[in-house]
Amino acid sequence: MNAAVAKGLTTCGILAAGLFALVGSERAASRQANSDRIVVTYWEKWTGDEMRAMQHVVNAFNSSQNRIEVRYLSISGIAEKTLLATSGGNPPDVAGLWSDQVVQFADAGALLPLDDFARASGIGEKDYIPAYWNEMTYHGKLYAFPTSPGTSALYVNRALMPPEYDSPAKFPKTLSGFDQFVKRASRRSANGTLETAAFLPRDGFGSGSWPYMFGASFVDGEKIDVNSPGNLKAWEWVHSFALRFGVRETQSFRSGFGNYSSPQNPFLSGKLATLMDGPWFSNYIRLYSPKTDWFAVPLPYPDGHPELKGYTVLNLNTLMIPRGSKHAKEAFEFVRFVQRQDVMEKLCTEQFCNSPLTNVSQKFLKGHPNKFIWLFDQLARSPRAVGPVKLGIWGQIGQEVGNAVDVMDLGQASPKAALDIAEARLTEQWANYKQQVLNR
Amino acid sequence: MNHRRDQRVGILFALPWILGFTVFLAYPLMSSLYYSFTNFSVLRSPHWIGTANYRELIGDKVFHQSLMNTLLFASASVPLATIFAILLALLLNTKTKGMAFYRTIFYIPSLVPMVALGVLWLWIFNGHYGLLNEGLGKVGLPTPPWLTDPAWSKWTLVIISIWGTGNAMVIYLAGLQDVPQSLYEAADIDGAKAWGKTRHVTIPMISPVILFNVVMGIIGSLQTFALPYVMFPGGQPARSTYFFSMYLYDTAFLFQRMGYASAMGWVMFAITLALTLLALKLSAKHVHYEGG
Repeated sequence: MNAAVAKGLTTCGILAAGLFALVGSERAASRQANSDRIVVTYWEKWTGDEMRAMQHVVNAFNSSQNRIEVRYLSISGIAEKTLLATSGGNPPDVAGLWSDQVVQFADAGALLPLDDFARASGIGEKDYIPAYWNEMTYHGKLYAFPTSPGTSALYVNRALMPPEYDSPAKFPKTLSGFDQFVKRASRRSANGTLETAAFLPRDGFGSGSWPYMFGASFVDGEKIDVNSPGNLKAWEWVHSFALRFGVRETQSFRSGFGNYSSPQNPFLSGKLATLMDGPWFSNYIRLYSPKTDWFAVPLPYPDGHPELKGYTVLNLNTLMIPRGSKHAKEAFEFVRFVQRQDVMEKLCTEQFCNSPLTNVSQKFLKGHPNKFIWLFDQLARSPRAVGPVKLGIWGQIGQEVGNAVDVMDLGQASPKAALDIAEARLTEQWANYKQQVLNR
Repeated sequence: MNHRRDQRVGILFALPWILGFTVFLAYPLMSSLYYSFTNFSVLRSPHWIGTANYRELIGDKVFHQSLMNTLLFASASVPLATIFAILLALLLNTKTKGMAFYRTIFYIPSLVPMVALGVLWLWIFNGHYGLLNEGLGKVGLPTPPWLTDPAWSKWTLVIISIWGTGNAMVIYLAGLQDVPQSLYEAADIDGAKAWGKTRHVTIPMISPVILFNVVMGIIGSLQTFALPYVMFPGGQPARSTYFFSMYLYDTAFLFQRMGYASAMGWVMFAITLALTLLALKLSAKHVHYEGG
């Protein structure tokens, strides 16, 4: 019996040790890799080419000094995992999140304000394109620094253009001209089914932000305003595409769209003659359809409103330091390294993006693999460059408005009724958020 | 004295399980029950609000829609998958050369990870390039937009659910092999044909296995998450594929309302428990247990 007890105790001991090791391993492994260097853990969302590009930056940083070692991990579901790790008191030292998460994370108290670090290292607002700087700040505090950003423009497949539209100079600048172009450049087969749509507003980067193009916004101050006349006008315009091509036909046509990063991407397969997307899309053209002859143009603006010219949707990848980071100072040294013009331009070149920095070298613009990078850079500097609204329920806004447009396209409700439903639901969600997250 | 000592040793050996159960199951379970009565946004302390989350669920239209989507999916996929798995098991229970190979082939699909499966099925159901519509078109049948039409999107998932019947099939197969040969011999003497033997011998004899698989199927289908999440982001089109577990996940992690999500989880637990008890009650007269 004593032997049995001893065996039992040994088993329990092994299991307890295993459990202890499991709990402690992440922390231990991440901070003791090299005894004479401080290990900074860096979680990032990227895989593939983007991951490799950042790996080059991390390698360059690690070789540039001998005090800090950045350990770079590609993580899926990074937002959720960072939030939970922060809640558990063991966050990464640096997290590569998107700029539209700044507000929600800051509201939750999950981020370290970076103002003092920035001041001490001599970088600030003047160094960044204003629209991007705005994305990194919230309630007057700085919470993030950029890696690779993006702005939206219209990619045009020249081979599918009628002669009167086959160059940037000839391409329509206003909405009425654009609508005529859509009519002219869309093609149907002999049996009436859609073969090529000149444009579909529900596909591509920024397809959830059309009210901005019409000068409207999803909010009025802190009031949810998704059913305002400006919003209604924007979504009615979006809905008009389903009506003009036919609701069933559009459904059927869109069901043939393949994955974004594949040769069956609707633009690459010739189903869409134009696609709104960010600068990185030129990499997908290079990979999956290198023979496509394309050019890029800004999105059109409503007739009679030249002040709305230069509209673009922006978003950027960022580096944030979660609250509870064990090596915030060292983490910022890495963040600061990425902000160097040469480092940033190398990263943005390899990720096919424009640079978020005010100063951009000619070498970057001329040597960039996206031949229209100057346009994306120019659009980012436009006063009409807009990002997500600064409310912690931006995710819900996207979901509710997206559902409202689904409902109107399917004919289940009028555009006004669909937006009214979204408005009511979002108003309730915003009230909940204010009470539960903001304590007001 | 020895009895006590045996008890202590027994507890000692069960201790790893007891510890694991307490730390990884009982504690999170009880915590979520507590959180369901609170406002809790992960990084802030939970704040007691009584039954407010449960009351809010009553008026939450998206909750109703996601629940209805899930129940509709379960009511179609569970019977279909059950019938399909039984038929497959009956086929694979015949004495044919190379049966081990066939059994392996039919089981393999259930080993494919859900996310990979989702991407694969996106191709198969693609309205224009998809294999399915290609085949349907060739025999002159309609080629519906499986992924973009709310009338078809749920059915797409129901069809896919059959793909994962491998596990159930293996359990049925084990049940079938347990049916005493003497019963078939007796049925032969009585002049029973194949269908008669299936109906009066096989089905009653494997009825406990059917019940087990149906109950597991109900539980599994109510928790369906990965496939619709990969194939229909946000439950598109028009939330026709927005399942309960997707709404729960979004509520917890996208909207950071852990308290409300916990309440949703407990409501789902109650529904699952009720449906399981109902299945047990309804089946009481039809399930045959050997030895009483």
